[in-house]
Amino acid sequence: MFYELGRYLIFIRSMFFKPERFQVFLSRTIHEMNNIGVGSLPIVAIISIFVGAVTTVQTAYQLVSPLIPLSVIGEIVSDSSMLELAPTITCLVLAGKVGANIASEVGNMRITEQIDAYEVMGINSSGFLGLPKIIAGLIMIPSLIIIANSLLIGGGIIAAKLTGIMSPSEFVQGARSTFKFFTLSVSLVKSFVFAFIITSVSTYEGYFTNGGALEVGESGTRAVTRSCVLILFFDFIIAKLML
Amino acid sequence: MIELNHVNKSFNEKQVLFDISASFVPGKPNLIIGASGCGKSVLLKCMVGLMTPETGHIVYDGRDFVSLEYEKKKDIRRELGMLFQGTALFDSLTVQENIEFPLKMFSKMTPAERIDRVNFCLERVHLKDVNDKYPAEISGGMKKRVGIARAIVLDIKYLFCDEPNSGLDPITSRVIDELLEDITSEYQITTIINSHDMKTVYDIGEKIIFIFKGKKWWEGNRHEIDAVRKENKELDSFIKASQF
Repeated sequence: MFYELGRYLIFIRSMFFKPERFQVFLSRTIHEMNNIGVGSLPIVAIISIFVGAVTTVQTAYQLVSPLIPLSVIGEIVSDSSMLELAPTITCLVLAGKVGANIASEVGNMRITEQIDAYEVMGINSSGFLGLPKIIAGLIMIPSLIIIANSLLIGGGIIAAKLTGIMSPSEFVQGARSTFKFFTLSVSLVKSFVFAFIITSVSTYEGYFTNGGALEVGESGTRAVTRSCVLILFFDFIIAKLML
Repeated sequence: MIELNHVNKSFNEKQVLFDISASFVPGKPNLIIGASGCGKSVLLKCMVGLMTPETGHIVYDGRDFVSLEYEKKKDIRRELGMLFQGTALFDSLTVQENIEFPLKMFSKMTPAERIDRVNFCLERVHLKDVNDKYPAEISGGMKKRVGIARAIVLDIKYLFCDEPNSGLDPITSRVIDELLEDITSEYQITTIINSHDMKTVYDIGEKIIFIFKGKKWWEGNRHEIDAVRKENKELDSFIKASQF
C-alpha cells in the first residue's frame, strides 16, 4: 500500500514539468475537455433528473405529518442535492465512465509501446498524457456537477408536479428559503477533489499497466474501484471538515 | 559514436546484462543479435534511456547518457529515432499526424513546411496515398515503414530498430532491410538493429554483436561470421537454429 502511494505521489510530481510545446498541450487539453465533459453530459443529465425525482418522492413519503409544510420537501431535496447527491453520485458514475476510459486508453498506450515512443522522443510522457486529463477534469467535472445540481432540483420539481405531491412554486419556495452559497461551495470543493481523484488515479493505473489486453482490463477495474473508494473516503473528510 | 562501457543490468535479483562493452560503427548498420531472452532488447532500451543500467556508461559522442540529468538527456534523445518492434504508432492519429508529431513538438516549421517534410519522408519509405489512413487501416509492413518515416522526420544521428522484421513475410523483411541500409548510408546515421534474422545479418551487418545469456559473446562483421562460427559453439548453434 505504501509502495503504491509513494509511486502515485512520484507519478503526480513527474507530471508537473513545463510542457514541451504549449500549443500542442492546449489542443490536447481541449480534446480531453470534450471527452470528459461533453461526452459525459447525457449520462449525468439522465442520472440527475431521476435521482432528483426519486429523492422528492421518497422525502414526501417520509414526511407524513400535516404540521410540516410541503415546501420542506423542496428544502430537503435542494440541500441534499447540493451537499451529497450531485457531487458524490455524479462522480461515482464518472469514475466508472471517465475513469475506466482513461485507464484503458493509457494502459493500451503502455502495452503497445506508445508511451515508450514519447519517452524516446524526449517528451515527458506522464505530463504529456496525464496533465491535460487532470486539467480537463478539474474544469469539466465541477461544471457537470453544477449542471447536475440544477437537473436534480429540476427532476424533483417535475416529479412533484407529475405525482401531485406539491406545486412547482411550493418546491421552489422551499428550495430558495434555505439556500446558502456555502452549501454550493461545499459541492464545488467536493467536485474539484473528486475530479482530481478520478483523473489522476485512472491515469496512474493505466500508466503502470504491465502485460497485455487482460492487464489493461484489470487496470480499468482497479481505476474504477480505487477512485470510488477514495471518493467516498474524501466525501467523509470534506463533510467533516466543512460542515 | 556510441560506446558501451561495462554495462550491467538486473531485474530484482536476476542479472540480465553482464559487463557489456562495445562500440558501434558510425554511419553504418550495426546489429545486435542473439536468441530471444538473451538481453538484446534490454540493452537497446538501456541505450535509448527507457531503462537505466545499474553500472556502466553509455556514451554518445563523449556524453555519458546514464549520468546526465533528465533535461540534458532530452538533448541526446532529440538526436535519436526509434523503430519499435510493434511500431508504436499513435493509434488515435492518422499516418500523416503520426509522422508530423515530432515536427510539431520540436521544430519551428510552418504547417505547410511540415506537410512537405511528411510527404518527403513518406516518399522516402516508398509509401503513397496513406496520409489520411489510421495505423489500424494499413498492413504490418506499411506500419514499419511509417515507423521509419516518423523516426527520420527530424534530422537524427542515431536510429534504433527493435526487431524490424518481426511479424513480416520474407519479402517485406528484405524491403525493410534495404530501406534501413539505404537510409543509413544516405543520411550517414548510425543504425543499431536488434535482430535474430540471419538474412539481415548477412545482408547488412557491418558490425555485429552476438549476445549470449546476457554476455557479449562475439563481435565482428558479416564477412567474418562464417569463419568464426566453427570455433564458437554458441554462435554456430544460433545460426543453425535460425535455419539459414
